[in-house]
Amino acid sequence: MAAGWETVVGLEVHVELATDTKLFSAAPSRFGDEPNTNVTPVCLGLPGSLPVLNRRAVELAMAVGLALNCDIRPSVFHRKNYFYPDMPKDYQVSQYDQPICSDGWLDVPGGSRVGIERAHLEEDAGKTTHLGGADGRIHGAVGALVDYNRAGTPLLEIVSRPDIGSAAEASAYVEELRAILLAVGASDARLEEGSMRVDANISVRPAGSAELRTRCEVKNLNSLRSLRNAIDFEARRHIELYEAGEAPVQETRHWSEDGRTHSLRSKEEADDYRYFPEPDLVPLVPDDEWIAQVRAAMPELPASVRARLHECGAEPEDAQVIVDRGLAPVVLGAVAAGADSRRTVTHAVQNLALDGAELLDPDGLASLVNLETSGQLTATQAKTVLVEMCARAVTAMHATPAGAEDPSGSASAAALALDPTAIAAELGFEAMADDELETLVDEAIAANPEAWEKFRAGEAKVAGVFVGAVMKATRGQADGHAVTQLLAQRRDA
Amino acid sequence: MTSAHAIASDVRAGARRASDVLEDFLGRIEMHDGDVHAFNTVTADQARAAAAAIDAAVDEGRDPGPLAGVPVAFKDNLCTRGVATTCSSRMLEGWQPPYDATVVQAMTAAGAVMIGKTNLDEFAMGSSTEHSAFGPTRNPHDLARVPGGSSGGSAAAVAAGFAPLALGSDTGGSIRQPASLCGIVGIKPTYGRVSRYGLVAFASSFDQIGPFAADVADAALALGVISGHDPADSTSIPAAVPDFEAALGRGVEGLRVGVISELTGSGRNGAATGGPGTAGAAGEVLDGIDADVTERVHEAADALADAGATVGRVSVPAVTYGLTAYYLIAPAEASSNLARYDGTRYGLRVDGADVEEMNRLTRRAGFGDEVKARIMLGTFALSAGYYDAYYGKAQRVRMLTRRDFDAAYADFDVLLSPTSPCVAFRFGERADPMTMYRCDTCTIPSNLSGDPAMSVPFGIGAEGLPVGVQVLAPALGEEPMLTVAAALERAAPPLPAPPLSTVADPTEGA
Amino acid sequence: MGDGTAISSEQVAHVARLARIELTPDEIEHYTGHLGRVLEHAGELEDLDLADVPPLAHPYPLSNVFRDDVAGSPVDRDEVLSQAPAASGGQFEVPPVLGEEA
Repeated sequence: MAAGWETVVGLEVHVELATDTKLFSAAPSRFGDEPNTNVTPVCLGLPGSLPVLNRRAVELAMAVGLALNCDIRPSVFHRKNYFYPDMPKDYQVSQYDQPICSDGWLDVPGGSRVGIERAHLEEDAGKTTHLGGADGRIHGAVGALVDYNRAGTPLLEIVSRPDIGSAAEASAYVEELRAILLAVGASDARLEEGSMRVDANISVRPAGSAELRTRCEVKNLNSLRSLRNAIDFEARRHIELYEAGEAPVQETRHWSEDGRTHSLRSKEEADDYRYFPEPDLVPLVPDDEWIAQVRAAMPELPASVRARLHECGAEPEDAQVIVDRGLAPVVLGAVAAGADSRRTVTHAVQNLALDGAELLDPDGLASLVNLETSGQLTATQAKTVLVEMCARAVTAMHATPAGAEDPSGSASAAALALDPTAIAAELGFEAMADDELETLVDEAIAANPEAWEKFRAGEAKVAGVFVGAVMKATRGQADGHAVTQLLAQRRDA
Repeated sequence: MTSAHAIASDVRAGARRASDVLEDFLGRIEMHDGDVHAFNTVTADQARAAAAAIDAAVDEGRDPGPLAGVPVAFKDNLCTRGVATTCSSRMLEGWQPPYDATVVQAMTAAGAVMIGKTNLDEFAMGSSTEHSAFGPTRNPHDLARVPGGSSGGSAAAVAAGFAPLALGSDTGGSIRQPASLCGIVGIKPTYGRVSRYGLVAFASSFDQIGPFAADVADAALALGVISGHDPADSTSIPAAVPDFEAALGRGVEGLRVGVISELTGSGRNGAATGGPGTAGAAGEVLDGIDADVTERVHEAADALADAGATVGRVSVPAVTYGLTAYYLIAPAEASSNLARYDGTRYGLRVDGADVEEMNRLTRRAGFGDEVKARIMLGTFALSAGYYDAYYGKAQRVRMLTRRDFDAAYADFDVLLSPTSPCVAFRFGERADPMTMYRCDTCTIPSNLSGDPAMSVPFGIGAEGLPVGVQVLAPALGEEPMLTVAAALERAAPPLPAPPLSTVADPTEGA
Repeated sequence: MGDGTAISSEQVAHVARLARIELTPDEIEHYTGHLGRVLEHAGELEDLDLADVPPLAHPYPLSNVFRDDVAGSPVDRDEVLSQAPAASGGQFEVPPVLGEEA
């Protein structure tokens, strides 16, 4: 950032809500099917069709709003009128001056508090494929094909206040928002796949000033990297304009892969969306009881999870890794079940970047950590058992399709198969009897008399000779810590 | 002519075959619809199959329902699966919806047989059926005159004896005014009483589907069939459907009937009748309402008083602003509802170099003059800088209307007014838009408030043409409305049959 | 409004563009007259004091009307596309879109 200037960013984030059906119709809300197969008369805007609001979409919006500390308020849908071929009614139904969620905030980890102006429900458009132009772009196209499968998909638009002061902070805001959306199950929030779309309103101002200068809205930000680069580019562009005695014009710009933002072709007519209350829908008035129900059903939010992980001894970065891997419930559950917290966190961070890790039974993980801390398994053995537990968890999940009835008996059988003690036994990791280990230690001493003399003389580092010998004899399964203790006993005897 | 009640009862009892009933009506359509042009489409083949299925059900001992074998005509803005639904517009010429409107399903499930789709002013915008892209419908009482509109085809079909029942839609009077001009009964139910699912929208917060019939009993029968909550329409009212026919026999004794001062000229039915008196400050009396019409309303009020009702005059001041408010809000909603006719998904397309040009040329060719005018009027009323002055203000007048009606209904159970300011007029007589729009002066207030209202024939006016009296009631007040309508029907002087009937009526003696 | 020229021909042309209706200059004049007559009539609302009257959008006071998040059956694609002016590969086909592009 050029000296004397600061960046001002507000973000508008659209997320597709994770409903089974569309916002106003019973058509499946699903990605990747044959074109125009997930459509009803409502999705196609057929004459005579009427919208009916999806209760689940409203509840997800309320849950996100509550997670963002918003007020949940009575709201009204409006029509936003403009023509576009992939918008089947040539108006979009959206919440306008009375959004369902307003006036909240999001605390960016390690950063500041960003105000949330509003979050409102609206319907998505269909998809237009441009024919004949280079790379399917509009320019040079000879025609277009329209698929309405996506038309009517519920979107929640989350609008921040211009409280974000840097590209890094914007990126962190989006990451934290994504974690919240995933936690409440509102969306899969994938930037690259378009189920989460970020537009950035960017301006600059003299450092320390509170003014809001002309902003530009930048679209087509398909990754966090694009977001950061676009903010840095655009801020620099504004500063250069101001320093050259000029000023940016308020407009919408497009981020492209060449690392620049480009002005979009300005339209002949200024936008005039002619908003008015959607007469086919009635007001949405969430009462306190309903809000309380949604609140009660909400899972723990990422910030709280991270705080509890921190109490378990996880450093902030480790806590983030655990949350990102979806392992927080497993880790916190294992600790609650009595496992050593540091050891559990260490496993989660170092050994559980694995498929199936999030499927681990917290009690199972606790048992494993207990086997290790009680000396019945070595660290190496514990890791091997953990890998096997994850693999079996994945297999078990595939063997039991979602929604299938779980016949009595198989559940406990599955649990038994995932039990770390049983797995350790299968792998031959029987805890070694003390007298067996003592015999091996004595054999190692006998085989290395010179080293033993050095050890007795206080040269501690030669202990490795004996430990190595015992390990070799046991193919790595002996507890190195126990061997060291036995050596000390022999020396001090 | 045979009533729907008589047909259904005969067909259910096995005394008449639905197929025979149908052929009688098809024969009458064949004979006279060339003159009247009530229908855009006569669905003879489908109707024959449906009637045969009704007969088969009766043969098998099953009850086809309360409308067993009754031919019904649907306004051509009600979606019928696989049957062209045109809205009398070039834009939708030949469009076959992939689904049936909820009311079409309900009528069919009750045993009714669709006989055809009826003409209307394009997209239901008009009061004469002159704005149909397929040519006007003529009034069976005088073929040189309009049947009213926009549901002119449905009204003419019933008046001409082409079907005992028809459905129409009423946005600003489009059921009641043509019923009045054609000398039949037409009901606009409470907004939300009947599902709008499958009704091609004109102005969503006003549109309501309702029945036409030759008498109040048949209209009540059809109303009962199409009423009820529909989860596919968010504005559908989740209220139980009363036994409307039971309301017909109830006396009017003790009912308080208010004659709307602003719509009935000056003078009669004042406090001298011993009624509750004038509620509210007297508003301005609207001019342009013909004396032959207001006379019939006063006679109707007298008849009700004679039958034991308490009659008084009542002021509903906001009705004087209704027309203005309506002609801002309804076009605003229409401008949005009709945006979808862009040449992309269904209906007409006129090709262009790009999508925008294709849209513009398609809409130029597909919409008629009146529809274009209303779309642009509505677009203007919603546009930046004008919203508050036009659309916003009109919505406040709408609330004012609601309040004034609430005040009137604090003192009265039902209200009376003319349905139409005039009897059926000649083609081209009301070419000026404001003159045409004034046809809706008396009917629009109920669309603004959403309350039910209906038109009942009550005598004749100028040139021996039918006059309708409008009975208005508060929301979900269809029962007292029907009670009063039935009483008016009993007291009404006999109406001359349409001259078409001088041709042998094939349904007689069948 | 109320100044005698409720709408100009330029405004009518603008509104026709917003509504995507192609009009000739003669037609613009025709609709300027038509709309003007209606809007002049609307001038009568000017004198009404409606400051304390809230707008009414829905004639019957309902709220919270929902459906459950349960999928129903979609329409038949062939039936719908058979009604389309142009279709290709299961999609609706339109002329090129000259819209916003970088």
